[in-house]
Amino acid sequence: MPAPETWLHPTPAGLYCVPGQFFIDPPRPVDRALITHGHSDHARPGHGAVLATPETIEIMGVRYGPQSAGRFEAARVGHDIDINGVSVRFVPAGHILGSAQIVLKYGGQRIVVSGDYKRTADPTCAPFEVVPCDVFITEATFALPVFRHERAFDEAQRLVASITRQPERAHLLGVYGLGKCQRMLAHIRETGYDAPIYLHGAMQGLTQLYQRLGYGFGDVRPAAEAAGKDLSGALVVCPPSALQDRWSRRFPDPVTAFASGWMRVRGRVRQRGVELPLIVSDHADWPELIDTIVETGASDVWVTHGRDDALVHQLSLMGRKARALALVGFEDEAD
Amino acid sequence: MRAFAELLDRLSTTQSRNGKLALLKDYLRSAPDPDRGWALAALTDGLPLRVPLRRSLDVLMADKIDPTLYRLSRDYVGDTAETVALLWPDAARPMDASGANDRGPSLSEIVAALDVPAMHVAPVIGSTLDRLDVRGRWAFLKFIGGAARVGVSSGLAKTAVADAFGLAAGDVLEAWHALSPPYAELFAWAEGRAPRPDATGLPIFRPLMLATPIETADWQTLEPSRVAAEWKWDGIRVQIAATQRALRLYSRTGDDISGAFPEIVAAFSGHDVTLDGELLIVRDGVVAPFNDLQQRLNRKAVTQRQRMTHPAHVRLYDILSAAGEDLRQLPFSARRARLETWFAESAPANADLSTEIAFESFDALASLRADARAAGIEGLMLKRKGSPYLAGRVKGHWYKWKRDALTLDCVLMYAQRGSGKRSSFYSDFTFGVWRGTSAGGRELVPVGKAYSGFTDAELRELDRFVRKSTVDSYGPVRAVEPTLVLEVAFDAVQPSSRHKSGVAMRFPRISRIRWDKPAAEADTIENVLALTGAEPASD
Repeated sequence: MPAPETWLHPTPAGLYCVPGQFFIDPPRPVDRALITHGHSDHARPGHGAVLATPETIEIMGVRYGPQSAGRFEAARVGHDIDINGVSVRFVPAGHILGSAQIVLKYGGQRIVVSGDYKRTADPTCAPFEVVPCDVFITEATFALPVFRHERAFDEAQRLVASITRQPERAHLLGVYGLGKCQRMLAHIRETGYDAPIYLHGAMQGLTQLYQRLGYGFGDVRPAAEAAGKDLSGALVVCPPSALQDRWSRRFPDPVTAFASGWMRVRGRVRQRGVELPLIVSDHADWPELIDTIVETGASDVWVTHGRDDALVHQLSLMGRKARALALVGFEDEAD
Repeated sequence: MRAFAELLDRLSTTQSRNGKLALLKDYLRSAPDPDRGWALAALTDGLPLRVPLRRSLDVLMADKIDPTLYRLSRDYVGDTAETVALLWPDAARPMDASGANDRGPSLSEIVAALDVPAMHVAPVIGSTLDRLDVRGRWAFLKFIGGAARVGVSSGLAKTAVADAFGLAAGDVLEAWHALSPPYAELFAWAEGRAPRPDATGLPIFRPLMLATPIETADWQTLEPSRVAAEWKWDGIRVQIAATQRALRLYSRTGDDISGAFPEIVAAFSGHDVTLDGELLIVRDGVVAPFNDLQQRLNRKAVTQRQRMTHPAHVRLYDILSAAGEDLRQLPFSARRARLETWFAESAPANADLSTEIAFESFDALASLRADARAAGIEGLMLKRKGSPYLAGRVKGHWYKWKRDALTLDCVLMYAQRGSGKRSSFYSDFTFGVWRGTSAGGRELVPVGKAYSGFTDAELRELDRFVRKSTVDSYGPVRAVEPTLVLEVAFDAVQPSSRHKSGVAMRFPRISRIRWDKPAAEADTIENVLALTGAEPASD
């Protein structure tokens, strides 16, 4: 049997499958790319051919336009596809809409490239499925034992309680525009909050895509439409950068909220000047990372972007083979 | 515990003073006794507990987590108590013995449980952590650890007590020193269930009388014969509160700083008097720069050597009580006479009287003030001879007439976002002056940071300039193209190891924005050093 790193390994152009002749989530344009999900550090424009889930292709279309790859091929989730003798299967990763793990079989070995993933419930995407494998390639965004995320629904309730408590103030909720935004909208509606929710312009295109694909978020309106109106007590969803931007000055004495796994640590809350930190993440927290690795039964674990030092150390304490895989181009911060 | 955890958590993310006050008031009105008293203690004087926290946590964590993971976590979080709160395992669903949801221990249970020998503290902390959720664990560790660091000063907490129950802030401050945690008498008084706590016989803090800057219109209301003039010294205002039982040296805000100045405590012990004065470092009769006094401030204890090299001294301004008699209602001139009599009889060491300046006219006084800078004096104080001693900054009685500010033209280098209402504006400005480099060129070195002096309209223009001229950003800080000249007004320059230039300005503010002036014509480090008499720092 060939050693797994002889047929799948990092190159300057990204993670490369040698016999399959394709890259996974490459940071630069390549002939053939397999894309795990639509976040911009994984899905980039300019590839010759892109194989991804139908939802990821839709997301890339909204973000970069339909011509952003030479050819888009939709992968049927859960079905094997043969690429130059390598068997490829897309399996839900539970990270955001359309996110998938990519399962590769070659020479009697199975490698799972998990992309980004989480194990907790998310009403806007299919749940993570465990695939037993020999090598599990994992992210490590929140790979420190201090990171344990809260239940997203509970955090949505905290936000709604704050709006109820301070009806004279607008609430600005900073979230990343793909995934977190729509997940929070869904959870906020689950709490029974039924007032209109205003969206910053940057959140509209992708939210409309979710709506087109059948996800309902109730009465959602562009924030620009509310210009000049009384926004006391209103909930406005915007990108994190807008919280401290000139844009935020139009709102009356706003409460700034930020939904992110980073909000677990007070230093990060202070740094952002956030008044209402909500600890919600689309990445696995520390217990989820460890549990997932154990459940896959992988004897060899490759750790990509994030805090690989702590995770590699923990896995070695557990008697597992683990190493950091230096992949270029991924952002740790976006959550 | 739950209410206290919620309070501490929300205080830590609330920026505005009014927001913090509202949270504190709600808590103080609704929490039960004695818990609210213990909470108040944690935010003011501290708990009467000595918990070896760091050591206990090390013991507890040793068998909870691998040391490498603990170190990595602590490095990332930057605070041991917070790290432990985050790492501690969550109880599945805490239940008490009766099967109901455990609401966690009360603050008073915690205080009682920790009243054990140091060696038994760790297990008590551990079993308490077991009963709390993550916010509760953090609040608990901050509660017993002393420094809550949630942006609430002891003064603000006391103001909240006054506001919550409709008491005068001055009355709360006076009564405070008759109280000890958990302040049952305070809340009984506040809720009208008991008389005001009696501070007789104890060295209580009496809120200081403060001056307002003199304005043009004020001169018409003043007559030279009815005004006393004194030098305004560049130290810190203090109050010496001495009774037969004890002595305390208070800062302007009522913080007890006795520990840092034992020679002052010794000099005034045994008297029964309350005095107002300026704390200075004085060597052979000469007042040292403020920077020298700073070496002795913010220390819990002082070494013999520091007492020799930085001898403390109090220049007395006023007398508030003597032999149990409250003198504050007397006019200033009568108090001054009592002060002189008391000083002549008592002759304390390390002290002298503030000189009364004789003057015929305000013009004559103005020429004396013009020399103040050369004499190392901050300016003049004008006090109405008929005014009683009033708490706080009451207009129309005492005036400060500071020496004129110095100004320099500096170049804007960095801008940082403000907080609260200013969080969307770049409102904190770091500026520098030119310095020659070894290569024969010139570079900018920072000399200070200012966040005031401009109007709201000017702030919007500055903010626009910063966003347009950004060349680099580091978190909330932006580096800008060095093209904008700011005329900076400041009181003095002093040596600083924190600035690359080796100097820092005191009380800088932006006096004018010089949109017209080319950056190359801004001032140089030599211009700055000429104001301190120091040599340029080598690079």
